[in-house]
Amino acid sequence: MDPVFLSRLQFAATTMFHFLFVPLTLGLSVLVAYMEVRYARTGDETYLRMTKFWGKLFLINFAVGVVTGITLEFQFGTNWSQYSAYVGDIFGSLLAIEASVAFFLESTLLGIWIFGWKKLSKMAHAIVMCLVAAASNISAMWILIANGWMQSPVGYVYNNGRAELNDFAAVVFNKFAILEFLHTVPSSFVLSAFFVMGISAYHLFKKQHIDFFTRSFKIAVVFGLVSSIWVVVEGDMHAVHVTKIQPTKLAAMEAHWETQKRAPMVLFAIPDEKNERNLIEVGKVPGLLSFLGHHDFNAEVTGLKDFPKEDRPPVLLTFVSFRLMVALGTLFPLLTLIGLFLKNRLVENRWYLMVMMAAIPLPYIAIQAGWVLAEVGRQPWIVYGLMRTADAASPVAGWQVMASMVAFVLVYGLLGSVGYYLIGKNAIKGPAAVEAA
Amino acid sequence: MILQSIWFYVWGLLWAVFFITDGYDFGVGSLYPFLGKSDQDKRVMINSLGPLWDGNEVWLITAGGVTFAAFPLVYAVMFSSLYSALMLILFALILRGVSFEFRGKVDSAAWRRLWDTCIFLGSVVPAILFGVAFANIFQGLPLDENHLFQGNLLTLLNPYGLLGGVLFLFFFLVHGALWLSIRTDGDLQQRAIKTAGGLWPVLLIVAVAFLAYSAVATPLYKNYLAHPILFIVILAAVAGLLGIRLFLARKAYFSAWLASALAIVGATFFGIVGLFPNLLPSRINPEYSLTAFNAASSPLTLKIMLMVVLLFIPVVIVYQIWSYSLFKGKVTQQDLDLEEAY
Repeated sequence: MDPVFLSRLQFAATTMFHFLFVPLTLGLSVLVAYMEVRYARTGDETYLRMTKFWGKLFLINFAVGVVTGITLEFQFGTNWSQYSAYVGDIFGSLLAIEASVAFFLESTLLGIWIFGWKKLSKMAHAIVMCLVAAASNISAMWILIANGWMQSPVGYVYNNGRAELNDFAAVVFNKFAILEFLHTVPSSFVLSAFFVMGISAYHLFKKQHIDFFTRSFKIAVVFGLVSSIWVVVEGDMHAVHVTKIQPTKLAAMEAHWETQKRAPMVLFAIPDEKNERNLIEVGKVPGLLSFLGHHDFNAEVTGLKDFPKEDRPPVLLTFVSFRLMVALGTLFPLLTLIGLFLKNRLVENRWYLMVMMAAIPLPYIAIQAGWVLAEVGRQPWIVYGLMRTADAASPVAGWQVMASMVAFVLVYGLLGSVGYYLIGKNAIKGPAAVEAA
Repeated sequence: MILQSIWFYVWGLLWAVFFITDGYDFGVGSLYPFLGKSDQDKRVMINSLGPLWDGNEVWLITAGGVTFAAFPLVYAVMFSSLYSALMLILFALILRGVSFEFRGKVDSAAWRRLWDTCIFLGSVVPAILFGVAFANIFQGLPLDENHLFQGNLLTLLNPYGLLGGVLFLFFFLVHGALWLSIRTDGDLQQRAIKTAGGLWPVLLIVAVAFLAYSAVATPLYKNYLAHPILFIVILAAVAGLLGIRLFLARKAYFSAWLASALAIVGATFFGIVGLFPNLLPSRINPEYSLTAFNAASSPLTLKIMLMVVLLFIPVVIVYQIWSYSLFKGKVTQQDLDLEEAY
């Protein structure tokens, strides 16, 4: 058994599983913090009930997210020791900063938030939640700076047989990382908004707790609309930068084989990697790919054929995940916009409520597709242009990785089932009556 | 040279802080099936950790992150060499963490039993394995000239490694029992006090045996013999151990817990000081060892990270102390009635 392949599979599985929970943590923490600040300022008890109801779902989700995050940090050492030794000078620092600057704050203060309802004033308790939300998102920022460096390595020199830091500011203000942050975090907000809107839709559909869920919906719909429009606009800027920094990813995500000016974009195609062409192409728009990559309909876009075969990412997976992400990403502003118009007549518009219930998983799919695009599209590099994934793994036996992989599937299967069962159970139960603190 | 040496001790200190904070969580979790006679007792036990365990665990993340940042080669070799042991620890920590949250969420005895088992295993397994891992590092790993680990999980389960595991377990059991003596009352508190007192002589014997065995199994004493002033570290550990007994007799449980923390820091530093400058000594040939000097990051990274640590770790300590002071009293019925309680 090839330990490199198994390690890739394990890393992909554990990261994607972890990232089922992280986006909701990022967005829902902000929403719960907003609700609680409103409660602290107005004393309106509905806001307290909202804080408690959405807070409970937040905590179950957080528990699974936080425990599955630990494994990711340590897997760089266990499974990717060559990588760790080669780039630890830069990459390791970013993870260490994340822990000391953000993760400590998030974990410590969340403990205070959960158990401190009777020990702090209303406002102090609300501020604690604001800090939890801020720390979660700052934590995401450092992780994305680390990932951004793998996508677009900057600020380093080759020295002592490894990559060494020579410009810390260049690493922190890496344009690729900033664009990733501005894309991933708002996407997480979209996911969280759809989570709140979807669960609200369920109760409104059943005509229960109408005031409570209408108000929850109204908060989420604004949050979701702003974030989803932002994601689309920012995604466009992101694509231009990818074209510049990672031309192989761009070519693969468009299954673009021949270098040409006025490069077309196809709506759908079936890439045939062996024969370096597309089997079927549907909906070809001339010049659109040139525009996407360079904001100029006549610009030249390098095709896959002009890159050596060993430098090309897997085309099919990159191509499909990009399409899935964009298609869903376009849908979200539309759905939230409709919600904004219907927000005072939600109960009557039962079709819309049904759509929104069904839409809960869609941002999850979009966000996972986005990560597949980012990570698979970067292949065959672990650090783009600098280190190949094949050279990065640990010298561990295949059976060891196989054993941990099986254990991950079993344990994560259990966590995922229980986590979503509890979230579902508590979501359906609806808000409880609470005594004012 | 100085920068690397500072980082060597910062590295040791972060592990030590992890052991004194999450250490009592491991202790309470390991005592859980024995001291938690009723569901009420069990809830008191886990709620005594409730607001704090997650912040404690971040010391592990930070210790790991700092190993990665300051000594990338050590991070790479240590965690890939100890692959299976570390994976076991990670799975244990995962199950422990979710168990706290999940346990009370469904009203069924079988459901609670499942998560109770996970809390126990998720605490006792890391308690032992961290000891096994560190004792093996003290002793030296079979690393060849390319820093490749020539061994497997069973290599680690040698007599000295196992004694290290037993030592850590008893440290944490006593530490956890003292924690419960502070934060609980009634029968549960009496049982915790009795447990701490009863386990203490065993801990003392194991600790003395470990110190003696280290002279045979490890080169740790070389540094001490070269600089006898360093014996102060061992004295601190012993003072901590004796302090536990002394303060227990005076019913000063918080002081006893602090003494226990001192003993744990002393024991960790007994190894760290003895190791210097080795982070991962090679048993095959001392020349193959990874040291603070041949495995460190670039001076620029070390400087930047030192600034980060000097700036932020004190802040972390301040808000963690605030958190501890908020939850310093006994766990009350009112705490258990809180909707969010475990």
